[in-house]
Amino acid sequence: MANLQFDLVSPERRLASLAASEVQIPGADGDMTAMAGHAPTITTLRPGVVRVVHDGGADEYVVIGGFAEITASGVSVLAERALPKDEVTQDSFNAMVEDAKAAYATAQDTFENEPGPVDDAAKLISDMVAMGGHIGLSSAD
Amino acid sequence: MPSLKDLKNRIESVKSTRKITKAMQMVAAAKLRRAQDAAESARPYTERFNAVMAGLASGAAGSASAPKLLSGTGSDTVHLLVVMTAERGLCGGFNGNIAKLARQHAQKLLADGKTVKVLTVGKKGRDAIKRDLGDHFVGHIDLTEVKRVGYLDAQGIAKDVLGRFDAGDFDIATIFFSRFENVVTQHPTALQVIPAQFETADDADTTLYDYEPSEDAILADLLPRGVSTQIFAALLENAASEQGARQSAMDNATRNAGEMIDKLTIEYNRSRQAVITNELIEIISGAEAL
Repeated sequence: MANLQFDLVSPERRLASLAASEVQIPGADGDMTAMAGHAPTITTLRPGVVRVVHDGGADEYVVIGGFAEITASGVSVLAERALPKDEVTQDSFNAMVEDAKAAYATAQDTFENEPGPVDDAAKLISDMVAMGGHIGLSSAD
Repeated sequence: MPSLKDLKNRIESVKSTRKITKAMQMVAAAKLRRAQDAAESARPYTERFNAVMAGLASGAAGSASAPKLLSGTGSDTVHLLVVMTAERGLCGGFNGNIAKLARQHAQKLLADGKTVKVLTVGKKGRDAIKRDLGDHFVGHIDLTEVKRVGYLDAQGIAKDVLGRFDAGDFDIATIFFSRFENVVTQHPTALQVIPAQFETADDADTTLYDYEPSEDAILADLLPRGVSTQIFAALLENAASEQGARQSAMDNATRNAGEMIDKLTIEYNRSRQAVITNELIEIISGAEAL
């Protein structure tokens, strides 16, 4: 029953706009699955996989950063970086993990005595690695 | 009076100039289409983003705990002007118009006794700004190597700007770019990005959202992204404007070269005829003298 309008947009292009029956979102506080009639919600995203179930099967997209807006009739995911899962290669995944590690290093330098941003950056790396495990790519340490 | 040979050389040289401008015009037209497509595909993101931000911002604006990126630092003495221009010239008044707008803005602020700092993106703008506002120049971001602006470039600029903001270098940031309307019209535009301003649509939907993790946390997370988003949109508008301006400038140049060739050809033919007439007169008067 595809009665949920799903949109996935990144700053550079619109990746998907279709009718879905359920959308699984990697929210900052945990995964959630939205179906039609969901309470209006806005959540930020952690790096992870958005899974869209529609009449023709299911699509998966890797998203990094951004937020999702859920209403009773639709889900819009605005991701800073988004790619169809198949287009994520080991190389591009490694590059993403490198970026996260670099951000962690900068955070450590900049906020020496403030745990907040450093923890956030560390969490970003672990989210990223977990996502890699989910889509079958390993992170080279 | 130029000799026949000089004229012929000039005609040849104008002809090759025309060939170059014609080629540049066609390249600009092709690039313009791509730049417009890029600007087009970025629009959904920007629109949705701003809609959500406007909703969030109107809720948080009143509270004392509102992030500085939204409420400002409480003063407005130090202004950062981010002037975004092209890396290349030969595009009509495109770079000049943006620099002019920034200069006027800066002069008004200086007259009001404010401090002005200028950050430039794009080589041409840096040259123009350094000439007039050299003392206020604080930095330059180089995009010479970038063939097609991507979101990462915008993030880089935003990071630079936000870093300066966190360090307390300025209170208000304004970006200068050219909004693309069509091939012949581009509007130099100034847009304040810090503190963020969002247009609240009159028909804003009044849906009450649940926020995860919390409204404040989302706002704090999204405001810096908002700066990147606006800079990215501005970069794309700029790219389209640049190609549009170049296309019309080169179109004009091609037409002018054509007119010049016509004029020179007429002059060339006249002098050629004059030379022939002269020779005839000499022969005839020589024959008569005998």
